[in-house]
Amino acid sequence: MADDVLFEFLHMEMVSHIYKEQASRGEMDKDRATCVSALEGMGFRVGQGLIERFTKDSPSFKDDLDIMKFICKDFWINVFRKQIDNLRTNHQGTYVLQDNKFSLLTQLSSGKQYLEEAPKYLAYSCGLVRGALSNLGMDCVVTAEVSPMPSCKFQVVIQKI
Amino acid sequence: HLKDDQSTHDTSKLNLILFTLTYGALVTQLCKDYENDEEVNKQLDKMGYNIGVRLIEDFLARSSVGRCQDFRETADVIAKVAFKMYLGITPSVTNWSPAGDEFSLILESNPLVDFVELPDNHSTLVYSNLLCGVLRGALEMVQMAVDVKFAQDSLRGDNVTEIRMKFIKRIEENLPAGDE
Repeated sequence: MADDVLFEFLHMEMVSHIYKEQASRGEMDKDRATCVSALEGMGFRVGQGLIERFTKDSPSFKDDLDIMKFICKDFWINVFRKQIDNLRTNHQGTYVLQDNKFSLLTQLSSGKQYLEEAPKYLAYSCGLVRGALSNLGMDCVVTAEVSPMPSCKFQVVIQKI
Repeated sequence: HLKDDQSTHDTSKLNLILFTLTYGALVTQLCKDYENDEEVNKQLDKMGYNIGVRLIEDFLARSSVGRCQDFRETADVIAKVAFKMYLGITPSVTNWSPAGDEFSLILESNPLVDFVELPDNHSTLVYSNLLCGVLRGALEMVQMAVDVKFAQDSLRGDNVTEIRMKFIKRIEENLPAGDE
């Protein structure tokens, strides 16, 4: 089967649609944040659902680092077609995941003019990761930045209650 | 035979699950954004069309199918190659019109709706309408204008899901001015 291609096409179209719709409704700046949070929210729910099906038969994880390694390997391979290239942590609840060739960015040009557009294409994925981690018992905030195209860094900060 | 199996070891199934869950989230979002099912159906069709016009390139690159000789061949390629490649199912091709310009794709199971139930207030929502747009857009890129719609929908109580495809006309390729 053509792994992930359908998802990538759908994702592109979703981002494009959400921004077109918001643009036709008014003030762009406020709406940019709305678009990002709409996409992130969708990703969150899907991430939760995905992890549920993904880890049904797997043994439980020993600790947060174990979970993050799982995200960097198995999860990333299944969702983004490759592993995370580099994982760093300060061992105090912050993790940085680096993907040197992020699958959802490769369809975009590497030109500078797209740098501004890139965050739109990361919002859904941030939600996916946040949703997945949430279902694994880790409440966190996930942000991402392009560094540079098509590589990007996802930052996961675990929320202490 | 593809079952509704949730094995964690079958990674190709997981990719499809990612797609279907994402699709579900999209439909939910559209239902929030638009007031009625008709509008959501239209948006799904439009988005599908946008995907289809690009997906065809991916399809032609991956498969080694050449130009189809007629609509019957097109139908077979759609059912046996395209659907299999992207959705892992092989619908059957049936109900040909006498003129040979219309046929049905019968899907015993529709992977898009694996985890879906339509709430009561969305009885006219054509949940999988994206597929119609995709087929329409893809075929337009190979010079075929077609009409695609759902004739039966398992989500709305029918036994099977049936997509009806009708050939409208051949689209002439636009030659640049000056060519013969």
